Amino acid sequence: MRDEMIFEGGFSDVSRDSARAFRSAMNAMAHPGRKFDLTGAKPPAPLSEATAGLLLGLADANTSVFLVGEHDTDIIRGWITFHTGAALANTPDEASFTLGTWDALLPLRQWPVGNAEYPDRSATLIVEFADDGENARLSGPGIQTHQDCALPAITPFRHNSALFPLGLDFYFCQGSTLRALPRSTKVEAI
Amino acid sequence: MYVAVKGGERAIDAAHDWLAEERRGLHEIAELSIAQIREQLALAVNRVMAEGSLYDPDLAALAIKQARGDLIEAIFLIRAYRTTLPRFGSSLPVETDHMACSRRISATFKDAPGGQILGPTFDYTHRLLDFTLMAEGLPAAAPGSGAPEGVTSPGAPSPEMPRITDFLNRDGLIQEEHPGEETPPDLTREPLEFPANRALRLQAITRGDEGFILGMAYSTQRGYGRNHPFVGELRIGTVSVETEIPELGFSIAIGDIELTECETVNQFTGSKTEPPQFTRGYGLTFGHTERKAISMALVDRALRWEELGEDNAGVPAQDEEFVLSHSDNIQGTGFLEHIKLPHYVDFQSELELIRKLRTEAQAAMHQEAAE
Amino acid sequence: MSDYNFAYLDEQTKRMIRRALLKALAIPGYQVPFASREMPMPYGWGTGGVQVSAATLTPEDTFKVIDQGADDTTNAISIRKFFEKTAEVATSEKTEEATIIQTRHRIPETDLQEGQILVYQVPIPEPLRFLEPRETETRRMHALEDYGLMHVKLYEDIARHGAIATAYAYPVMVQDRYVMDPSPIPKFDNPKMEMAAIQLFGAGREQRIYALPPYTKVVSLDFEDHPFDPSKAEHPCALCGAEDSYLDEVITDDQGTRMYVCSDTDYCESRRATGHIGTEGTQPEEVFA
Repeated sequence: MRDEMIFEGGFSDVSRDSARAFRSAMNAMAHPGRKFDLTGAKPPAPLSEATAGLLLGLADANTSVFLVGEHDTDIIRGWITFHTGAALANTPDEASFTLGTWDALLPLRQWPVGNAEYPDRSATLIVEFADDGENARLSGPGIQTHQDCALPAITPFRHNSALFPLGLDFYFCQGSTLRALPRSTKVEAI
Repeated sequence: MYVAVKGGERAIDAAHDWLAEERRGLHEIAELSIAQIREQLALAVNRVMAEGSLYDPDLAALAIKQARGDLIEAIFLIRAYRTTLPRFGSSLPVETDHMACSRRISATFKDAPGGQILGPTFDYTHRLLDFTLMAEGLPAAAPGSGAPEGVTSPGAPSPEMPRITDFLNRDGLIQEEHPGEETPPDLTREPLEFPANRALRLQAITRGDEGFILGMAYSTQRGYGRNHPFVGELRIGTVSVETEIPELGFSIAIGDIELTECETVNQFTGSKTEPPQFTRGYGLTFGHTERKAISMALVDRALRWEELGEDNAGVPAQDEEFVLSHSDNIQGTGFLEHIKLPHYVDFQSELELIRKLRTEAQAAMHQEAAE
Repeated sequence: MSDYNFAYLDEQTKRMIRRALLKALAIPGYQVPFASREMPMPYGWGTGGVQVSAATLTPEDTFKVIDQGADDTTNAISIRKFFEKTAEVATSEKTEEATIIQTRHRIPETDLQEGQILVYQVPIPEPLRFLEPRETETRRMHALEDYGLMHVKLYEDIARHGAIATAYAYPVMVQDRYVMDPSPIPKFDNPKMEMAAIQLFGAGREQRIYALPPYTKVVSLDFEDHPFDPSKAEHPCALCGAEDSYLDEVITDDQGTRMYVCSDTDYCESRRATGHIGTEGTQPEEVFA
């Protein structure tokens, strides 16, 4: 049973499904706060379909994934290693992708934000987050006027965008949908 | 009425057909075989392998044939093919100490253990055209009359061939090279970044354009960053490539490749902390490619100025960013030749600008004359 | 065509490019280093754009390629054929129909919409390169937001010529942070860069990717007393009569007679198809029937 959970649930057509997963991830990053579908992965719980799709589309032997809290299980470790070949990071500063629930990811300052010469050397945080009503108003690149959405907090994201061009980029995943919040987005409470 | 030029697609197809015809040449002349190119144009094949970063004499020969003998074009074909190949693993470092040498010379000692092996070299040929090669159909020289038994044939592990520089090293007369355990960066998988470490520089130079590296090396000899090189040792021969199979827990030999290795001995006056000692430059290339390997060693040495506590004389061969950014002939030829592509939009915008600036300048001159 | 992986590149390479693209969108105008691969076409001929397109295409996309604004220039044809063969995607010459448009040197005249992606081929991504050849130096300047050298250069132009003497690849400031090279588009196209589509820039030989999300603030550098001027030839298109499009100048006879025609071939044909005819034009059906 356990092995099946690890070996099953990848993309059925790796090349084309990965291309579609990336398009969703890119559209989300280019339209902060807007919801997009990302389907095709069937991961073991508690990984959401969208989170798993992101990992299948973006992680490989050249990246490392850091799991926190309830997402750090043998089955999830096994699933990610088997399907992506990604190394599991041992310390936060090695993480290319970090994955967990909001509370488990705190404090944010432990994750790499890049440096002035290479601001891209930063972590992308994938947050499993259930949308419970719009509480934030976003503006910035990718947003024509403003975009309202649900965020797990306000202040940490304001601090993050103040670091620009350094900073963290976020994906919020729920079921088969995802939204992104890059460091370039300004966040205000509604 | 004006109709914009169309038919680009037909033009491309026709150009490709014409190219194929030109490549074949006169049909009365027998077509070259890949084996002929591999065996009889081996130095061209070697250069294509070295700068193409792929050790496969048959594919290099094919590329030369397809490229009509244009070696940079052939290198490009090999590079474009190489980049699509899946990676199964990495080899262990090759042991050039155990090279089965077909050529091995030192300019620093008259004789040394292992001996001087002149090998198949142009060095002492008189550069006179040999018209007998033009007379086809003559009986070939008897096979085996040149190569001594057992020297060039690959096979069982070769006995150790001592290194000239080790004799200097033993007396502390040459700066020591320490073996490192770290995995070198991979130029073909990570973007080039400055400052580059020595392993990355050597990777770039070994696949760099032979003419460019030669020019850089020559410039150091003429005084642009002079570092007094002697060929400590040049060896050419075959080495065994081994790879570790994790499932088996040991390494196996997967084949032999021919390499050229050059170590130069360079002068160095010492520093406050170091007594005077010789320094080294290093070159390692695929195949029998000795001009390239020697050039590589000189350029490597020149680029080590900082590590060896020398002054930056501000010369081209000491400038890592300059050398590494411009040594790749595939990058260079692509960018150079792209100016053949249409640029009429850019040119148009320059035309508009220059007309406007001229109109304004002339108006200003008239104004001045009127006043 | 089973000889190639979907869209030619292997999956690992595509993932590496995709990760770089996401960072590029998160940091608009910043040049992300990426391990550009050797492509089966020469460096300098669009390998950066081709790699970005290959990493971005899905089977559902409709792909358009333009060079100098035209779909029928030889290099545009060559790149379009490459993807028809390796990705089996639909292609189109219609700007509105395309979901991904790869371009060299132009932005289409027709406004792009949300859901469309414009991929630029970039020769030299570093806007400061011609002022400072060293990568180590220009990287430091971007890090410190030290763009004094650029302003000095533009100011010297004004002192010498009375105007900024840059007609294409005119530098822009992105979201008040990064000075960016818009690729060698004519400065006429610069104002279009604030658009609804996603813009991706690929420089293969120089190993850089950068991007602009939709609606990103893109300002052409200028001075208060010398504002940016996106001028073009002051003629209507001889074929379709358009007065708002960028024009190519064509020499039509030995006496050097000039004619001006739209550089965007799709725009010009669409206008003529709907009855806009210039002094030298005809409806396209009549010509190609």
